[in-house]
Amino acid sequence: MSMSTREFWVTVHGMVFGGVFLLTYSAGLLGLWGLQPAYLTAAGIQDRLRALRVCTLVMAALAWLAAITGTFMVYPWYRKIPPVAANLAFYPQALLKASPMLRQWHYFGMEWKEHVAWLAPIAATSVAYIVWHQGSALGADVRLRRGVIAMFTVAFAAAAAAGGLGAMITRAAPIR
Amino acid sequence: MNANDEPIATVSASGSDTNSATAALASAGIGCLAMGIVTTLSEASKPAADMLNLYKPAGPLSGKSLVAIIVWLVAWVVLHGAAKRKRINTGRWITLSLVCVVCGLVSTFPLFFDMFGDK
Repeated sequence: MSMSTREFWVTVHGMVFGGVFLLTYSAGLLGLWGLQPAYLTAAGIQDRLRALRVCTLVMAALAWLAAITGTFMVYPWYRKIPPVAANLAFYPQALLKASPMLRQWHYFGMEWKEHVAWLAPIAATSVAYIVWHQGSALGADVRLRRGVIAMFTVAFAAAAAAGGLGAMITRAAPIR
Repeated sequence: MNANDEPIATVSASGSDTNSATAALASAGIGCLAMGIVTTLSEASKPAADMLNLYKPAGPLSGKSLVAIIVWLVAWVVLHGAAKRKRINTGRWITLSLVCVVCGLVSTFPLFFDMFGDK
């Protein structure tokens, strides 16, 4: 059950930063959806806001950590060019490109994942800012709250696409 | 008041608070669009891809992400300033920001940017 340093960081990137981000989405969505004066007392809104502020802040931080570790740590290991006659098992991008059955995991999967993932931290940060800045006033402005929920869902969808593709690419060509 | 005679929360949003929140949403949309544009540009032009290759181990992705972040932050500062000075149509700005996000999502999709591939 030992892991190499690279395997450790791939796990941290995908399952810790990315996984926890995705899992926290439902809590954030419930918090935003239910932040309505008609449903809550003043004390209830403040209580809900406290949790929502922590939730959105943590999610934004996790999104940045996932994107940065992915781009500057994991991705370079993935795309390392193998020397001649090297064992491609240790060069995931080359391994995928070399196989007609697997190459679309790179040309479609990784090419989409590496770009769409960056939408998540941008969207998540704007949501966190608005939740902190607006506070309880977010409950009163239906249009703004719906806009925030939409942007929050964009962050989730981008991270879900990146995470799902990442898991499948790792299954096909793991970083060792 | 609700059935338990507890006061229902009544809150109101001030105009400039809503404006700055809307500016934050709009700048996020612009940042997402920027990521899509720079991705497509990098596929369409080898010189552009080479210029974006700021950190060789990560390749052009290092430059694409940096450009998107810079565009997002600059847009945020500019729109935040503009929103403080005048009344804005929240609904229209939110709609535009989501349109930008959708365009950004489309233009980061390989089937789209591969149409412009020139490498």
